[in-house]
Order: sequence, then C-alpha cells, then structure tokens
Amino acid sequence: MSAGWHWFVVLGTLLSLAFMAWLLFANRHKDNKGTTGHSWDGIEELDNPLPMWWVGMFVASIIFMLLYVAYYGGLGNWDGGGNWSSTAQHDAEVAQHEARFAPLYAELGSISEGDLQSDRRAMQVGRRLYLNNCSTCHGVNANGAFGFPNLTDEEWQWGGDYQAIRTTLIDGRVAAMPPWGPALGEDGVVNMTHYVLKLSGQDHDADKAAAAKPQYDMLCVACHGAEGKGNKVFGSPDLTNDIWLYGGSEEQINFTLTHGRNGNMPAQSDILSEDKIHVLAAYIRSLSQ
Amino acid sequence: MTVEEPTYDLGVVRYFAIATIVWGIVGMGVGLLLAGQLAWPALNFDIAYLSYGRLRPLHTNAVIFAFGGSALMASAFYVVQRTCHTPLLSRGLAWFVFWGWQLVILSAAITLPLGITTSKEYAELEWPIDILITLVWVAFAISFFGTIAKRKVEHIYVANWFFGALIIGVAILHIFNSLALPVSMTKSYSIYSGSVDAMVQWWYGHNAVGFFLTAGFLGIMYYFVPKQAGRPIYSYRLSIVHFWALIAIYVWAGPHHLHYTSLPDWAQSLGMAMSLVLLAPSWGGMINGIMTLSGAWDKLRTDPIIKFLIVSISFYGMSTFEGPMMSIKTINALSHNTDWTIGHVHSGALGWVAMVTMGAMYHLIPILFGRKAGEMYSVKLINLHFWLATLGTVIYIASMWVNGLLQGLMWRATSIDGTLTYSFAEAVEASYPGYYARFIGGAIFFIGMCVMAFNVYMTTQGKTRDETVSPSTPMLEPATAGGA
Repeated sequence: MSAGWHWFVVLGTLLSLAFMAWLLFANRHKDNKGTTGHSWDGIEELDNPLPMWWVGMFVASIIFMLLYVAYYGGLGNWDGGGNWSSTAQHDAEVAQHEARFAPLYAELGSISEGDLQSDRRAMQVGRRLYLNNCSTCHGVNANGAFGFPNLTDEEWQWGGDYQAIRTTLIDGRVAAMPPWGPALGEDGVVNMTHYVLKLSGQDHDADKAAAAKPQYDMLCVACHGAEGKGNKVFGSPDLTNDIWLYGGSEEQINFTLTHGRNGNMPAQSDILSEDKIHVLAAYIRSLSQ
Repeated sequence: MTVEEPTYDLGVVRYFAIATIVWGIVGMGVGLLLAGQLAWPALNFDIAYLSYGRLRPLHTNAVIFAFGGSALMASAFYVVQRTCHTPLLSRGLAWFVFWGWQLVILSAAITLPLGITTSKEYAELEWPIDILITLVWVAFAISFFGTIAKRKVEHIYVANWFFGALIIGVAILHIFNSLALPVSMTKSYSIYSGSVDAMVQWWYGHNAVGFFLTAGFLGIMYYFVPKQAGRPIYSYRLSIVHFWALIAIYVWAGPHHLHYTSLPDWAQSLGMAMSLVLLAPSWGGMINGIMTLSGAWDKLRTDPIIKFLIVSISFYGMSTFEGPMMSIKTINALSHNTDWTIGHVHSGALGWVAMVTMGAMYHLIPILFGRKAGEMYSVKLINLHFWLATLGTVIYIASMWVNGLLQGLMWRATSIDGTLTYSFAEAVEASYPGYYARFIGGAIFFIGMCVMAFNVYMTTQGKTRDETVSPSTPMLEPATAGGA
C-alpha cells in the first residue's frame, strides 16, 4: 500500500475515533432542562442526558478497538504487536491438524495394500477420504458422471491395479482426444462415427463404416488399437464395449470426433500425504472388486 | 413557536405511499416464490426467467429499492414539509422523482429476469439504469435540500438529518461502486478488479444497509414514533451523538463481509474492530425510540400502530447487536455463507424496515386520503396484520438461525481420521426442514402484507368498518396509564 493510502487509513480511523470521543465528552452534561424549546409539526424534544451504561459501552468498544488493532494490526501498513497474520494462523492450524492425525496415517501407511482392503477401519477411512476429495466429480457412490469415469466397474482408462491407481492419484492424468473434424471433413466424421458404432456392436450403416476403415487404420489405430481395444498407456478408451465417458450415441460420438475431448484428473500429491494416497488407492481398488 | 400552516404538496406523497404497498406485495411475493424454490426446486418450472439466480436480485432490488425506496421517498417528502412548515421546493421536480424512480424499478423488473446484470450484489442494474438512478437521486436531493433551505423554522428536525444522510451517503456509494466501462447497452465492466473490486462492492453493500436501510428508516422512526405516540423525543443530545457516530463509523464496517478472503489482513481486522464500535451508535437510535414510546405504553393495548413501531425498534436493536457479533472473525468463521446471514438480513428487513414502514404507512395513508392520522378502514385488520407480520418474522429468522448453525457445524465437523464428516449435499439435505419453515414464515408475512393492501384499498375508497364492540361482549376496565 502506498504511503498516501496508509496515512489515509490511519488518519481516517483515528480521527473518526477521536471525533466519537469528543462527541461523548462534549455531551457529557447531566443537567436536564426539560424540552429544548424546539417544536416541529407539534413534535417537541426532551434533552435527557446520555444513558451512562450506553456511554460506558461506547467507550469500552473504542478501547477494545484500539487494543485489537494494536495487537492484530489494522492501521494500514502498521503491523500489530502480536505479529499475527491469517496465512500464518492457517498454516499453523493445518500443521496442528496434520500432526494430530499423522500417527493414524503412519500406521495405515505401513499396512500392505491387500491387508488394508480386509481392514474394516482402514476402508472406512478410505471411504471418508474418498468422500472429501473425490466425490465432487466421481459421485458419492463412485458411479461417475458425464466426463468423469465410473470407479466401480472393471473398466479402467489408465489401469486398475493398485500401482496404476496410486500413480493416477499422485500425478494426475491428462487425456487428449484430438479434434478430427478438420482432418476428416464432415462426411468423414459421419463415416467414422458409424465405424465406431460398429466397433461397439451398435446399429450402424455398414457402407459408411467400411468407407472409414482406411482412415481408422491410419489415424486412430495408434491410440485405440487395430481392434479398438484402447491403450492404457495413453489413457485411450476401449471402443468395443458399452462404457462411454462422453456418451455412445451417434450424436455424441460425432461430437467427440469433430471437437475432440480433454480429460483432466488433477494431481493429489500436493493435497494428500503419501499415506493417505496409499489408503485411498486401496479403497478405490476395492470398489470394483 | 407558532407557524402558519401552509398547504402541503401531498400528491406525490400519496403516489409514493401507494407504490410502497404495491411494490411491497411484488417484492415479498417474489421472495416467497424463491423460498418455495429452495424447498421445492421444481418451482422454477424450467423457465430461465424464473430461475433462482435471476429472481433473487429481482427480490432484493424490489424490496430494498422499490418497497423501501418508495417508503423512504414518501416519508422524506412528507416529513420534510411538515417539519420545515413549508411546501416542497418544486412540485414538478418531485413528480420527476416519482416517475423516474418507477421507471428505474420497471427497468429492473425487465432486465433482471432477462439475465442482464453487473453481478454486483444490490447493484446488479446495468449502466444505463445506473445513470437514470443518479439523475433521479440528484433530483431527490435538490427537492429535499431545497425544501430544507426554505424552511420556516430555525432548527432542522432530527428526522431530516437522517434523510439528508441517506441522500448524500447513497449518492456517493452508488456513483463510486457503479463506475464501469460500457461495452454495449446491456453490458459493462467494473473499473475495479480483484480484491479492490470486492472491497468497493462491500463498502457499497454494507453501507446500502447503513444509509438506506438504517439511516433512512431511522428518519421515519424519528417522525412517526413521536407523532403516533404523542410524546416528545426522549433526548436531543442522544440524537446528536448517535447520528454523527452512526454515519462516521458505518463506512468502516464493509470488510467484515470479506473475512478470510484474499482481502489484506489489515482491512479485515480494521473492519471487524470498527463493526464492534458500531454497536453503540446503532443502539442510540433504539434507546431514543423506545424511551420516546415510554410513557405511552397504555396505547399498546388500543393502538396496533404503536405495536408495529415498538416491535420494529426491538428488531432493530436485536439485529444491530447480531451484526457486530457476526463480524467477529471467529463467529464469522461459523456463520459465513450459511443461512444465518439470511436470517440476520431478514430480522433487519422484515422486523425493522418492513414493520417500521407499515407503522408509518398506517399513520400516513389516512392523512393522505383526507382523514385523521391512523384512521384506517379497519383497526382490527391492522392488529391482524401486526400479528401476522410478527409471527412470520419470528418463524422466518428462527428457521434460518437453526439452519445456519446446522450448516456451519456440519461443514466443520471432522471424523476421528481428520476427514470432514459430512459432504456439502448432506448439509443441504439437513436444511430442508428449515426451508419449509422459512416458506411458512414468509407466507404468513406475505399474507399480512395482502391484508394491509386490502385495508389501504378500502381506506382510499373512503370506507370505515364498523368495529364498535357489541354490548353483550364483556369488557375489562383498562388499567390506569400510571401503572405502566
């Protein structure tokens, strides 16, 4: 804050308070002369003295205010004597919280993945970690939603063993289905849509699907494979089943082909400790078993 | 001092008074629909114009600026004439204020459901409407201060200080918060950004409460309470001290809306500390109001208008205590973003603003239609309205307190492993009983407003309901006033 604003705040605050103190002092008289003698539209005014409890409350609040800003800061650039900051308070509270629960997670972290899954208490902890950190996208029952994978089926975009899930949690995942609209053209997209419908065993136009076959073998095969089974290394989904992250209708497949899709699972390593991720990975693994 | 009674300009006051009733029904009706949507989401009927996000600003703008604004303008134009013992500066200018303000309201009612918004709370209207508001407000200022300038009495009555503070305060707030770069007729970008934008917004937002809903309505209180009670103001001295303290301290309190945000720590701490200092100045008005009524307690039995006034002052005292408490950081950490805030706002909006307005209007409207003060079509219906309004308010704010504590506690509850015990949706689910209760409270309050509209309509038709007690009804002797 510039010096000008700093002094604006300091003087504005202190002069306001000084004005309050002067107002109270100047009106301290205890005498009561009855009415002031003014009359407006028949309304007269008495001039009773200020109630002392009210004056006391007023003065006390001003004194409290001064002590408060003296300790916590508040007058522009002047730090308070207490060296307080909301950031430091937050960090201290987080550290205290982490320290309090560190023994529990250290204990759970030392148990193997397999044993965790048969430990009822560990799975309850895992479920609560899941609800706190994952359920916003993947749903309270982990059934997923449009664009967010279902974690309870046996279909895994990036691999479903403990290690793969742990890696997903720690580093996050970025999936990129490129837009093919410009390369394929409108008719090309329509044909490819029917090819994908054919792969997943849905109703399709056989001629259009056949017309797209050469392009599939050239453009799509690298990620989705010759048979459309996908590749967990790239996070490219299996196109031959009826599990669809972005919808499996003709219209939705057409949209995906034309505009592409970008999946983003955020990395959790800055948010969750390794022990927590260990418990969480075991819990998520247990959901589909 | 005896002053010759001039002929007052009551035409524009009459129109504003009727507008107060009409916009009260509209604004509270929209609020009731929104309360219904929160309990039964299907009530938006899948129509974009009726969706919660678009109607919510319509509700707040309608009750604050249409209902509250009309009440303030009716009272200011009436009180300034009566207490300056002179007609308005210019009748034409006053009519410009009336029709200009109605145009602002109409523009809001059209643009907000269309989704045209600046997204600044209580300042959602886009720049062309903001300019119109400024013009109308300047005309209001000229009418008001011009009338003060040609007053026939030496001193300026305290109610007029508060109306004056309202006019100057809101002018400054409105202009600085609304500064924006237009890109089209319906879209503009604020000239502020980031936490500066947030701070300017809540400097505005909190002082819209301070100058519009507190100072302005204290002006109403300072005239209609002594008038209706037939009592002198309790303390001139107190009115001086709390007036200057209120307007000097209120402007510092805005940052308490931004606790635990990226607003710098010093601003949050200063805002909180100044909010606590604000308690005493706020209570100064309550003390003067209640002590003015003191000595007229016997009228509570017979005069429901006095009931409206005393209950409104009580709610004023309660919500101005609650406000500073909620501004304390550790309490705010629990209350922020919960329904507690909604409850707090409505204890001020329903309990204070609406009820003091109703009391004032029941006093004023008969006068505007050629009767004596308070001579409405039916006193019993005023009494019915009083009970509906009080009951509705209590149910509303109690349900929101419960919901607020429930949500705040559920959000922070942790399990034995340090994880949060509840998901957000679980807290929403747990809030449903409160949402139903709030809808019921709001409905009762709204029905009361409809009773008032009927009573006002019959009064404007020159009718009086025969409410003399039949001889067969046993009646208790009233206690003597001295015993009160």
